[in-house]
Amino acid sequence: MSETLAFTRTPSVAETPTHYCPGCQHGVAHRMVAEYLDAENLAEKTIMVTSIGCSVFLYNYLRFDSVEAPHGRAPATATGVKRVSPDKVVFTYQGDGDLASIGMAEIMHAANRGERITVVFVNNTVYGMTGGQMAPTTLVGQKTTTSPAGRCASTEGAPFRMAEIVAGLGGVAFSARVALNNVKHLAQARKAIRRAFEVQLAGQGMGFVELLATCPTNWKMTPVQANEHIEAAIIPTFPLGVFKDIAKNAGAC
Amino acid sequence: MSRIVLDEERCKGCLLCTVVCPKNILRQSSRMNAQGYKVAECAPELAEECTGCTACAQMCPDLAIVVWRTVKAKEASR
Ligand SMILES: Cc1ncc(C[n+]2csc(CCOP(=O)(O)OP(=O)(O)O)c2C)c(N)n1
Ligand code: SF4
Ligand code: SF4
Ligand code: SF4
Ligand SMILES: [Mg+2]
Repeated sequence: MSETLAFTRTPSVAETPTHYCPGCQHGVAHRMVAEYLDAENLAEKTIMVTSIGCSVFLYNYLRFDSVEAPHGRAPATATGVKRVSPDKVVFTYQGDGDLASIGMAEIMHAANRGERITVVFVNNTVYGMTGGQMAPTTLVGQKTTTSPAGRCASTEGAPFRMAEIVAGLGGVAFSARVALNNVKHLAQARKAIRRAFEVQLAGQGMGFVELLATCPTNWKMTPVQANEHIEAAIIPTFPLGVFKDIAKNAGAC
Repeated sequence: MSRIVLDEERCKGCLLCTVVCPKNILRQSSRMNAQGYKVAECAPELAEECTGCTACAQMCPDLAIVVWRTVKAKEASR
């Protein structure tokens, strides 16, 4: 009999404990990105563009070179980084308030231009960091501090389905939505993260991956309840799937 | 026998690991760590049922679990 290490911390995740609340899946989301980049030996070539939200201290947790972008502007900052350093692997890591609210213009234009970057989009349906206000991705009926009676579609609109919207733009090579609530979905997430980087590496366009994640604190649930809520309520509004994946050998100018 | 090593100081007691273990051998302990979280544990009397599947470690948002898998001699020599 011999013993092998079946799971341990990948080197690009720092040992530093995170400030996230118990059960917050930001920790799973950024760990999976690091696992992919380490497995492909890309850590040294990577520059991450972090954003504003609960993941604001990501530069302390992932050992990649990084730039902190102003709120919502990560795709614009990443555009500059990638264009001056086209040999680098560049990704943004953004929450739903960051990407789909204040940063809606930046993501739309970067996606439409087909910037050769990867966008890691963590959708927890609220502004987590600032105390749980309604986000563009808040579910219809969901109670938040700014929608105490629940989001109303006829006055606030329905949630933006970003993975589908982004998939509809010409510059996007890959777009998918995945969840982190069970082992089967984690396997799908791993594949989607891989493809979202592969299209960048092949110079085919933007790779976009939306990860549905919990915010137990602002959902006012235990971590286990919040995890169950993903399956029961979040996925029915935000279906999982690959919405665009251009062929591996498709050309780009 | 495969096994897990749970770093009680990293654990935030979220219990997500306990709901994904196919062998149902993880549970909340009665111990509190320095952060004030009641930590998870592998039930000692059931520990030998661990298959080393890594489900618990994959779900853990805080990288508190390391998994060791035991390979039987026959498999290892292949
Ligand atoms: C220009 C600017 N406007 C507003 C804020 C306040 N603010 C900080 S984080 C945040 C929203 C974060 O939500 P999200 O991107 O969903 O991240 P989460 O915390 O949920 O992961 C806001 C509005 C800010 N920091 N800067
Ligand atoms: S407020 Fe929500 S998103 Fe922020 S760390 Fe806590 S659980 Fe995570
Ligand atoms: S490795 Fe698998 S069987 Fe062992 S404790 Fe973790 S989830 Fe359970
Ligand atoms: S998933 Fe991790 S942090 Fe949560 S209870 Fe289990 S070991 Fe602790
Ligand atoms: Mg959010």
